[in-house]
Amino acid sequence: MANLTSEYLGIRSPNPFWLASAPPTDKAYNVNRAFEAGWGGAVWKTLGEDPPIVNVNGPRYSTLHSNERRVIGFNNIELITDRPLQTNLDEIRQIKRDWPDRALVVSVMLPMDEQTWAKYIPMIEDTGADGLELNFGCPHGMSERGMGAAVGQVPEYIQMVAEWCKKVATVPVIVKLTPNVANIVPPAKAAKDGGADGVSLINTINSIMRVDYDTLTMYPTTDGMGTHGGYCGEAVKPIALNMVAEIARNPDTADLPLSGIGGITNWRDAVDFLALGASNVQVCTAAMVYGFKIIDDLVDGLSAFLDDKGMASVSALVGAAVPSVTDWQYLNLNYVEKAVIDQDLCISCGRCHIVCEDTSHQAITHTVNGERHFEVIDEECIGCNLCVCVCPVDGCITMRPVTDGIDARTGEKINTEKANWTTHPNNPMRKQG
Amino acid sequence: MVSTKRSQEPQSSRLSKAEIEDNFGDLHPPLSRSEALIEADRCYFCYDAPCTTACPTGIDIPGFIQKIRSDNIRGSAYTILRENIMGGMCARVCPTEVLCEEACVRNLHEEKPVSIGLLQRFATDPVFEQATQLFSRADASGRKVAVVGGGPAGLSCAHRLATLGHDVVVFNRDSKPGGLNEYGIAAYKTIDDFAQKEVDYILSIGGIEVRNDVAMGDDFTLQQLRDDYDAVFLGIGLAAVNELGMDGDDMTGVDNAIEYIAELRQADDKSALPVGRNVVVIGGGMTAIDIAVQSKRLGAERVDIVYRRGPDQMGASRYEQELAQTSGVTIHHWARPLRLHGGGKVTSIEFARTSFDDKGKLKATKDTFVLDADVVFKAIGQRLADDDVVDLKVQHGRIVVDDSQATSLADVWAGGDCVTGGDDLTVSAVQHGKVAAIAIDTYLRK
Repeated sequence: MANLTSEYLGIRSPNPFWLASAPPTDKAYNVNRAFEAGWGGAVWKTLGEDPPIVNVNGPRYSTLHSNERRVIGFNNIELITDRPLQTNLDEIRQIKRDWPDRALVVSVMLPMDEQTWAKYIPMIEDTGADGLELNFGCPHGMSERGMGAAVGQVPEYIQMVAEWCKKVATVPVIVKLTPNVANIVPPAKAAKDGGADGVSLINTINSIMRVDYDTLTMYPTTDGMGTHGGYCGEAVKPIALNMVAEIARNPDTADLPLSGIGGITNWRDAVDFLALGASNVQVCTAAMVYGFKIIDDLVDGLSAFLDDKGMASVSALVGAAVPSVTDWQYLNLNYVEKAVIDQDLCISCGRCHIVCEDTSHQAITHTVNGERHFEVIDEECIGCNLCVCVCPVDGCITMRPVTDGIDARTGEKINTEKANWTTHPNNPMRKQG
Repeated sequence: MVSTKRSQEPQSSRLSKAEIEDNFGDLHPPLSRSEALIEADRCYFCYDAPCTTACPTGIDIPGFIQKIRSDNIRGSAYTILRENIMGGMCARVCPTEVLCEEACVRNLHEEKPVSIGLLQRFATDPVFEQATQLFSRADASGRKVAVVGGGPAGLSCAHRLATLGHDVVVFNRDSKPGGLNEYGIAAYKTIDDFAQKEVDYILSIGGIEVRNDVAMGDDFTLQQLRDDYDAVFLGIGLAAVNELGMDGDDMTGVDNAIEYIAELRQADDKSALPVGRNVVVIGGGMTAIDIAVQSKRLGAERVDIVYRRGPDQMGASRYEQELAQTSGVTIHHWARPLRLHGGGKVTSIEFARTSFDDKGKLKATKDTFVLDADVVFKAIGQRLADDDVVDLKVQHGRIVVDDSQATSLADVWAGGDCVTGGDDLTVSAVQHGKVAAIAIDTYLRK
């Protein structure tokens, strides 16, 4: 069995699955249940100054559902903890005492002055917590007050606050980044320059879920008025993966330890984040949708995967896919693939045909010799993968590399030498040989 | 309650009212909204969908299912009803297992098709419950068409003609319109008087006058209609019943299945219907299944269906055969009736086993058996009443029509069970009526 023990910034946990700072980690009761279920660690829900903030007393959450009401996307307008600081500190102290082998990091969000941070950080550290996570990510509510994403969207602020914290902190400091930026690398770089030990990402994305079709107001509302919330859940994973990979492959930030967050629901999602450069992962929405029991699949799914890959530990997986991520301009333009339909698996739904016919390159038949029959026309196929995307049968349509002979579409011989846009004759900015 | 003492057969009240009510509840209860959404999600939205090709009326099935998914139920109903105005009844009675659902590509993927029939019912039920008018009439053409027959073919034709702007008079031989939907289909397939709700909906388009209790031949002739109207559509069904052609056909207890079914459908209190103790049904079509299952559900102790050929040749689908069997009906294949026993009243019926001879012709063997019977139902098919169609070209007992349902007379069209190429399905009758109406419209506008 692969060793799932994880060490992130020197913080050890029995597995790389932490609960993210969010409603599931607001109270000792919940965190205790999570640790009983087997979670490796938790980031306590964000602490703020006393008196605590208040939340609305109506809907805080909303979802994007499939027809069978599976939750695809999730949105919330809950703020940071609404309990007194001392209550939280007492409970954190107790949990750390009861669960010494689990990682316990405390999220914190404070106004923009150095004295405040200097005052609270020692109080939090005194609980015995393993680390601090600076919440520069929340896009709703707190950002209106100059905190959360309002800080995370300005690299200079990130660096400044990180510096304040590092001056007083003795435990590792993680900066949690907001995805509500044009480019994730400058905020990550600012965290690093401010001395942060690592960054976690992504926090939630600005979002409005829908309108109410009866009232024609946004949905949900608090007494008729609503506000944008933070979007998360499975639907945001691809956005998060890109941001993780961007930081992991940028020379300025590649050495920054990453904690991956965003839509992780099963072990494969965790593999995505780990392979693209995250050292561990944090989960919230899946737990809020299914309960803490999902940790079972996360743990033994990842363990079995590592075994199958012959990897002895999680660290062997971390960053494995990063070298495969590059800029478009470096993609090999001489490489050719064609779609192939497995006629034994094909159920003749015709989806591949109609999408190719209507929206792509008219490269799949509908009728052959008067019979309903779907087959790729190599002379037209550009290898775009659309048919693979829409086929309802797993493995029925696959992409076949064409490595020699003639490309039936262009009539040209397959060139086995790599050549990309940087040297392409159509590129006015091409590098001259 | 079944009496243990052999009493006068057949008798009524074999079961309590509550038992009968339960037995004649909805065969397929409707889908709830969440069930419908989950089922709708199973549709792959096929291109040139095989289910649509398999539907005699060509309903855009992926289209209506997608509208269920998006909660566009009225749009979904319109997608169905614009091709098949009896989409509500067809959702209940179509043998979907040999039509749309047999063609569903999910059969290849996981051997379980999308429940198209139930989804169709889900989409159309609200339209009938709320009487939502989805159709409007074109400008009045000033033309008048006579439709003979108030069944699915006639009403489908009438509705389409009305939407196209023509005025229609429907001549209906029964006291209520609906034809076999009202008088012929098994009660548990169309509960809560749905057939009349559907008729009301169809007539609500306007421009359709229905005259009940008038029969061609008795009250008017085809020639009179041709003289008085701009065009005529015949949806007259098969009014005559085939006979066994053996002695004792007229004994007490030997009845026509369709007549009993009609009586059952019109009964206010089904427990008052006389039911045999030992019921034998002769035939292999839907009517045989319907009468057998309904007899069983009314409390008959023993019900046997006897069919002269094998299960594959039965007109009833496999699903229908299994419905009979799970309802407690025994199906005997490869036997034909030899003689009826009893005085004035049938007591048993003797069968000869059948097999194919060297030339592949079905013949009776010497092997015989006897089934006790106090009721024998004949369900061996209907035929055209001879005097209905004196002026028309007829082949194998059906009116000859072309692809546009045109008969041998230039101003007469026909459809439903009475025409050649018919398959005795409601859905086909609806298609015939629709196709004929479009052809009549073209003819009237020439």
